[in-house]
Amino acid sequence: MNQEKTHTLNPDKWVGQHADYLFNYATSRINDHDLAKDLVQDTFFAALKAMNNFQGKASERTWLIAILKRKIIDYYRKINSAKGKAEVKMNFYSDGEREGEWIEERVPTNWNNETDKNLENEELNIVLEKCINNLPEKYALVFRMKTIQDFETDEICKELEITASNLWVIIHRARTQLRKCMEDNWFKN
Amino acid sequence: MKISCDKATAICDKSQYGEVTAWERLKLSLHLVLCKKCGLYSKQNIVLSKCLKKHKEFKKKIKCCLSEDEKMAMEVTLKDKKP
Repeated sequence: MNQEKTHTLNPDKWVGQHADYLFNYATSRINDHDLAKDLVQDTFFAALKAMNNFQGKASERTWLIAILKRKIIDYYRKINSAKGKAEVKMNFYSDGEREGEWIEERVPTNWNNETDKNLENEELNIVLEKCINNLPEKYALVFRMKTIQDFETDEICKELEITASNLWVIIHRARTQLRKCMEDNWFKN
Repeated sequence: MKISCDKATAICDKSQYGEVTAWERLKLSLHLVLCKKCGLYSKQNIVLSKCLKKHKEFKKKIKCCLSEDEKMAMEVTLKDKKP
């Protein structure tokens, strides 16, 4: 007779066995060391409180990750609704009569610096990092997951509880802004 | 059939990930025939994608971890919280 192995929890070993894994999971989504660390810490705290609810069906790590995932969604919801402290929304397209057309001052201009040799320059990564960090946090998170971490669209949608439509609007806004930032800080020099 | 620059560049962005429909691609192509501004955006978007691809590889090499001190601090705080 096969008895399904019931998993047990071992809080004394959590940090040693799971902290790095959880941290890695968090930083692949949130590009902030301290914030990710806090989320991992919060996950352990919440896990302690929820120990009685653990049914032993999933492994300890799977269970902890599920808690972390909820924390990440909560974080995302928080930054998504926060009235950005002076969130300078850069408009690229017209609102009024000529809706959807480029605003003259924001039209792309010619780049000088496009050669492939340019791509080998490590400085490029620093500027790119800075430009991505300059995006509103709620865009940066989705953008990073899709573009840097290579998550599938439906994976991200499921995790952050957004629709594919939402995702593409965010990617569009992020890339529009990113292009401009790179134009100003890299390609026009 | 005719789309705005905002919509066109949105499709262009989506296409960088290979996820546009044939219908979207058609609308974009038609728009690009007439719109130089979006044509430039489109060209630059490809360059941007190349840069991001390089950046992705760059980030993969850098592994960020919790330091031993940080982990020890976490152990301590966790012990305090234990019911």
